Amino acid sequence: MRIVCRCNDVTVEEIEKLIDEGVTDLEELRRLLRIGMGPCQGRTCIPIVISILARKTGRRPEEIPLPNARFPVRPVKIEALVEGEK
Amino acid sequence: MIGIIGGGIIGVATAYELAKLGEEVVVFEKKYLGSGSTFRCASGIRAQFTDEANIKLMKYSIDRWNELSDELGHDVMFQQTGYLFLATSEEEVEAFKNNIKLQNKFGVPTKLITPEEAKEIVPPLNADAFLAGAWNPEDGKASPFHTLYAYRKAGERLGVKFYEYTKVIGIEEGWKIKTTRGEFKVDIIVNATNAWAREINAMIGKDVVPIKPFKHQLVKTEPIERGQIEPLVCPPAWNDSYVIQDGEDGGVICGTALEYESSPDDVTPTYEFAKEVLRWAVKIVPALRHVHIVRQWAGHYARTLDNNPAIGKLTENFYVAIGFSGHGFMMAPAVAQALAEKIVKGRTKVPLDWDWFDPWRFERGELRSSAFQIG
Ligand SMILES: Cc1cc2nc3c(=O)[nH]c(=O)nc-3n(C[C@H](O)[C@H](O)[C@H](O)COP(=O)(O)OP(=O)(O)OC[C@H]3O[C@@H](n4cnc5c(N)ncnc54)[C@H](O)[C@@H]3O)c2cc1C
Ligand code: FES
Repeated sequence: MRIVCRCNDVTVEEIEKLIDEGVTDLEELRRLLRIGMGPCQGRTCIPIVISILARKTGRRPEEIPLPNARFPVRPVKIEALVEGEK
Repeated sequence: MIGIIGGGIIGVATAYELAKLGEEVVVFEKKYLGSGSTFRCASGIRAQFTDEANIKLMKYSIDRWNELSDELGHDVMFQQTGYLFLATSEEEVEAFKNNIKLQNKFGVPTKLITPEEAKEIVPPLNADAFLAGAWNPEDGKASPFHTLYAYRKAGERLGVKFYEYTKVIGIEEGWKIKTTRGEFKVDIIVNATNAWAREINAMIGKDVVPIKPFKHQLVKTEPIERGQIEPLVCPPAWNDSYVIQDGEDGGVICGTALEYESSPDDVTPTYEFAKEVLRWAVKIVPALRHVHIVRQWAGHYARTLDNNPAIGKLTENFYVAIGFSGHGFMMAPAVAQALAEKIVKGRTKVPLDWDWFDPWRFERGELRSSAFQIG
């Protein structure tokens, strides 16, 4: 068992199984397995997922559209955004 | 052959229900399934509405949610963790009592609870700020991702064909659906494009359902210990703000009514929203101050003039289920079954009030009492 997404405990096997079931869209893989949704926001795992997807579907990695970048780029403490308010 | 336009939860669930009745179905989705409002929703499911039509429909829908994982063969993660509405004034407490009476009449077991009881259900709640709560333990939440996937897979097993990245660009009488990936001949069309629905209705010259898309957003925190904020918690007087722990990873989803009229294709989050929603979230649950937010995203409420959807026949062999105004995910199991049975058998056992949701009501100048919008 090899972990790809360390934040959300997702393995290579789980990813390959879904791809074999026909889920070849990175967005859909992310949502079903919660890859890239952990505190690191996918910095660790998305590149690995892309290479698995590329290998299994015979595409080049650059042909796979990247997920939208989303605010915040790094986790931010709520306090920092509501400072000064009561 | 039935052609469904729009691959959100409504289109995909309706495709499954139609196939279950033996119909041949194709679904056209301009991006990937779920890419519209569905994958952006807060996952809440409630029967706490304030009118008979929506209460009855949602009561039935919750029964369906309970059977869904077994029937579809995939866990949709439905959990009855409840909805807790909180009152900040005596007038609101009175309004809650009236709503509760109506809900009880139709078998929804909502009850009025004290702030102390509310704190037992949501331990970190700022209970001092509230006078009472309206609590229905049968409300809940489910995973939009897994629900859509479950309907899709069950539909595919029954022969439904899903065409993703296939945008409908024109419709000719008869019907011939023109898409970016060729033309398809179908007998019946279902428009399930929600925030985009006017474009499709206009293609057959029947732009009679006034829907305006409003950008709504959510922020989500890092996971916190389970069991802290499992129900959806909402003080309506605080700008309809709400917090709810995600059923899967335990992060807290925070929403508020700050909305922007915008194209449904514009899903850029705003910093203004993050500040506004968090201001309210820490008033509801002060300890959230110490938690990190990890993401923010935007989607659209497809709002009609009375915040009730338009469901039914637009013209011969052309149906709509659109304009869900912020509560379409929870209704999908009931609406999909009702619509499929109506199309195939002409009648349905689902308690859906066709007159209440009639797509032609706006043309007749009839509006329903406004359904409370939030998830
Ligand atoms: C922030 C937020 C929170 C929410 N919270 C909740 C909640 O807690 N509970 C709840 O019940 N609801 C909630 N909702 C509302 C819920 O998400 C929607 O009502 C529901 O997802 C609607 O599903 P749908 O299938 O009708 O629409 P959509 O999921 O939007 O599907 C319509 C699809 O049609 C496609 N389409 C459009 N035009 C075309 C075309 N020309 N050709 C082909 N395809 C096309 C779109 O790409 C889209 O995928 C929330 C919504 C938002 C934005
Ligand atoms: S490793 Fe996947 S989100 Fe952090």
